[in-house]
Amino acid sequence: MEHAQKGDGGRFMENSIFRYILRYSGPQQLYLIAVTIAYYPFLFMSLELPKIIVNEAIGGEGPPYVMPLFGTAFHVNTTQIHFLLTLSFCYLFLVLVNGCFKYHINVYKGQLGERLLRRLRYQLYARVLRFPLARFRKVGQGEVIPIITAEVEPLGGFIGTAFVDVMFYGGQLAIILGFILLQDVWLGLAAIAFYPLQIYLIPKLQRRVNMLAKQRIQNVRRLSDHIGESVSGIVEIHANDTAQLELSRFTDRLGRIFHIRYEIYRRKFFIKFLNNFIDKLTPFFFFSIGGYLVIQGDLTLGALIAVLAAYKDLAAPWKELLVWYQQREDVRIKYEQVIEQFHPPGMLDEALQSTDAVDPGPLEGDIAINVSLSDEDGHKILDGAAFTVPVASHVAIVGDPASGKSELAMLLARLFPPSSGRISIGAHDLARLPESVTGRRIGYVGANTHLHNASIGENLLYGLKHLPAAPDALAADLADAEAQAEARAEATWSGNSPYDYAADWVDYAAAGVSGPAEIPARLIAALRVVKMDEDVYGIGLRGCMNPSENPEIAQKILQARATMRDRTRAAPMAALVERFEKDRYNGNATVGENLLFGAPLDDRFDMDRLAEHPYVRRVLDRAGLTNDFVAIGLRVAETMVELFADLPSDHEFFQQYSFISAEELPDYRQIIDQATRGVPLSDESRLRLLSLPFMLITERHRLGLIDPPMQERILEARHAFADGLPPELEDSIAFFDEDDYNPAATIQDNILFGKLAHGQAYGARKIGALVREVVESLDLRDTVIEIGLRASVGIGGSRLSIPQRQKLALGRAVLKRPDILIVNEAAEVFDQRTQEEILENMLEERRGQGLVWVMNRIVGAEHFDQIVVMDDGKVAEQGSFKSLAESGKTLNSLLRVA
Amino acid sequence: MSLQEEVDLLRRVPLFAKIEPAKLKLLAFTSERLIFAPDDVVFAQGQQGDAAYLVLRGSAEVLVDTPDGPLTVATIEENEIVGEIAILCNVPRTATVRAATELETLRISKDRFFGLIEEFPEMAIEIMRELAHRLETTTGRLREAHAAAGDRPAP
Repeated sequence: MEHAQKGDGGRFMENSIFRYILRYSGPQQLYLIAVTIAYYPFLFMSLELPKIIVNEAIGGEGPPYVMPLFGTAFHVNTTQIHFLLTLSFCYLFLVLVNGCFKYHINVYKGQLGERLLRRLRYQLYARVLRFPLARFRKVGQGEVIPIITAEVEPLGGFIGTAFVDVMFYGGQLAIILGFILLQDVWLGLAAIAFYPLQIYLIPKLQRRVNMLAKQRIQNVRRLSDHIGESVSGIVEIHANDTAQLELSRFTDRLGRIFHIRYEIYRRKFFIKFLNNFIDKLTPFFFFSIGGYLVIQGDLTLGALIAVLAAYKDLAAPWKELLVWYQQREDVRIKYEQVIEQFHPPGMLDEALQSTDAVDPGPLEGDIAINVSLSDEDGHKILDGAAFTVPVASHVAIVGDPASGKSELAMLLARLFPPSSGRISIGAHDLARLPESVTGRRIGYVGANTHLHNASIGENLLYGLKHLPAAPDALAADLADAEAQAEARAEATWSGNSPYDYAADWVDYAAAGVSGPAEIPARLIAALRVVKMDEDVYGIGLRGCMNPSENPEIAQKILQARATMRDRTRAAPMAALVERFEKDRYNGNATVGENLLFGAPLDDRFDMDRLAEHPYVRRVLDRAGLTNDFVAIGLRVAETMVELFADLPSDHEFFQQYSFISAEELPDYRQIIDQATRGVPLSDESRLRLLSLPFMLITERHRLGLIDPPMQERILEARHAFADGLPPELEDSIAFFDEDDYNPAATIQDNILFGKLAHGQAYGARKIGALVREVVESLDLRDTVIEIGLRASVGIGGSRLSIPQRQKLALGRAVLKRPDILIVNEAAEVFDQRTQEEILENMLEERRGQGLVWVMNRIVGAEHFDQIVVMDDGKVAEQGSFKSLAESGKTLNSLLRVA
Repeated sequence: MSLQEEVDLLRRVPLFAKIEPAKLKLLAFTSERLIFAPDDVVFAQGQQGDAAYLVLRGSAEVLVDTPDGPLTVATIEENEIVGEIAILCNVPRTATVRAATELETLRISKDRFFGLIEEFPEMAIEIMRELAHRLETTTGRLREAHAAAGDRPAP
């Protein structure tokens, strides 16, 4: 199979942009030049033809007409009108041909540029994936990202014009110059007299600009690194009140960029000024010296005019060439700056990421370690650490934090190479094993796992996605398959990955299942091992689901709802929940919820601003409720003003209980004042009062304002609201219906189908337990977990707690069933009991398979086959827990500290 | 029960007798009314206290952990307040309170409680009276218990 990485081999990338362009688009550049040359005669003709039309066809003296084409004069015998029309159509045809040429050349240039840019970006990204880990301690993501995204962007534009422009304008210049030189050598030489000066001066000036451009690139990188740092360290900025410091640092960087930019502008425009001046210097000599010669009679006027015209013709291509030169310098600097960053020493050998590697089968035998590791300053972190353990054994590595135990685990996972020594597993040298072996047969969980911004399930499966199961398969649908094949061909053009991202990447065999259908059960089993099933169950209960996509699950949830209804019918549970009933007012819901009797599916109904919704207003008007609501709103406002008048504006009650914020209190006081004096209220004041009752919960606020007759009327309005809902609003709300799953509500709310009663002690806890009971009695627990698996973990897993993230990481490692599973201080974030429980589960799960557990807090070490005690970069002791606890010194001292 | 009814009820509580009605209304509005089922634990001995509870309806038992198991030391009836010691002295709950019947309470948060005492010193006197009364009762019981233990041979 052809593989993407073969494109640039293991060699360094080309160190000049031209070599790069030639290497990957040599024939295409030649083609472009050829097409441009072919275009030339047509361009020439389209310039020539108007002259013939004017001079011969319109101003001609009758047949035979002379038509000079390609240096030959054709004599045409025809009428003048006929000749004119023929030539006009020729002109039209030429315009079309020229347009087509230009279009083709431009599109081709653009495509070529984009393909090369795509290749370059891909290569740079592929190199990032092979950077030694130490590199990321020096280079922030803020520096790497702009290189691949923004910095290489202008290269794309240049690549297409790299050769063809210089050929085009250079050729033009040469032809015109040749023409002039043929006519008069001295005139020609005079016209280009100052070219050597420009050729000498401009690169000199440009050099300084290039240096500045380099500095600018570096400063912009630092700027983006600073932004990236601020985004990831935003908590520290708030917690330490360092916003001013950061702003000042940012200002400092902007200032530097400004000065560099300013300097570049000055120099760039000085070059331009100088160019223009030299350009105009030549005519100055023509005018003065040439004029003098003409007056003296040494030169004819015609000759002088010819020189001036020739010079004018030369100016345009010459200028273009100079522009091209400046652009070339700019791009060259950018390319060099990019390439420099992507050649760090110690890059992972490309062959190790190759997909051609042969699978050597399961890792067996002994792990034999004898390694040393030094940090950048030469300080020894590991100093001849050596031990041997069977692959299929459970090993605990303990020691104080500076003992090097964590680095040892990372070496064992081949995350970076040792400074000296080697690790062998069975007959294999770990350093030579490709990532397709180390990344599949060895599992590694570190202390701080990064999660991808995808669902929990996707994150669990991440460890199984090494290659698509069927790399060459095409979509079943013909149109899709065509698009797919085209995308693949285009990717190949640019040396990109040949694999379809949308393909099924999951390695089912590695997970120990036969296909996708068994995956959910396997995921749940893995979650149980790491004690995360309960967390995901909770997430599932709070999650939403589309019933039309999962009709069976919806059916089961409805069954749970029915069971729940039966269970909460009698005391004591009956008091804890008030179910939604179509014909009953729900005292534990707001007036707004009672009116809508449904959950909004989108933002067309904003529960906080129902009073402003035109349809809600219409319903209230028809039910004759508007004035009553305004009156109730007034009573609410009065009560609030009375209760909260003396409270300081930052008092917590304003947040907890009031419908009115402290700032609004004076406004409402004024409204009340107006109302009591009988002054008619403005529309705005009425709206403010009208919006207050919507938030009332009778059972919670106990204001006695929504009395039973009023509740009855709201019920009528509820029915009118549902019956009269205009068609365009029908998909904006999911009504509560005893027999229908509500897609806008969570699973839990769908089961409960009601509101928790206010003022019932432990109500939420008791009902939560009942929901669990019902879910379990209907065998729905796994289904709820499956829904939880679809929940997103947020950026970097931010929507999960840190222990949850670590559980997920452990679950991912368990799922892929590696031969050796390395847990590197990954369980330290758990409380001791959880750590013990997870450890027990993991030991059970990994029975007969390798498990290397690096721990700070010594928990459950007695369950391991072997304990390796690290001290100061060396193995201090090794043996069973029992023997070491009896005779070992270091372990005992560690145990005493613990 | 509406807010107004609650205010009327609060006024009958000796502790709040001298507090002006508007303040009682705020207290009623901002305090959570909590209903406990029989045998529900209102709070447990050793927990951090963050609120006092006024019994509006029903009764509760006050239990203290002893080596021989929980011992009922008092019963709280309607209009009595419980749980104020922990929030007054910033100590963990000194006893467990368990609902004997269905128990309706008004949960008064620590901040609210202190706010009221600051505003109405009469309330502080009332609380002192109540605490002194309880101390007297407890001391009496201790005396009895000591006497009873004296009759028995030492273990």
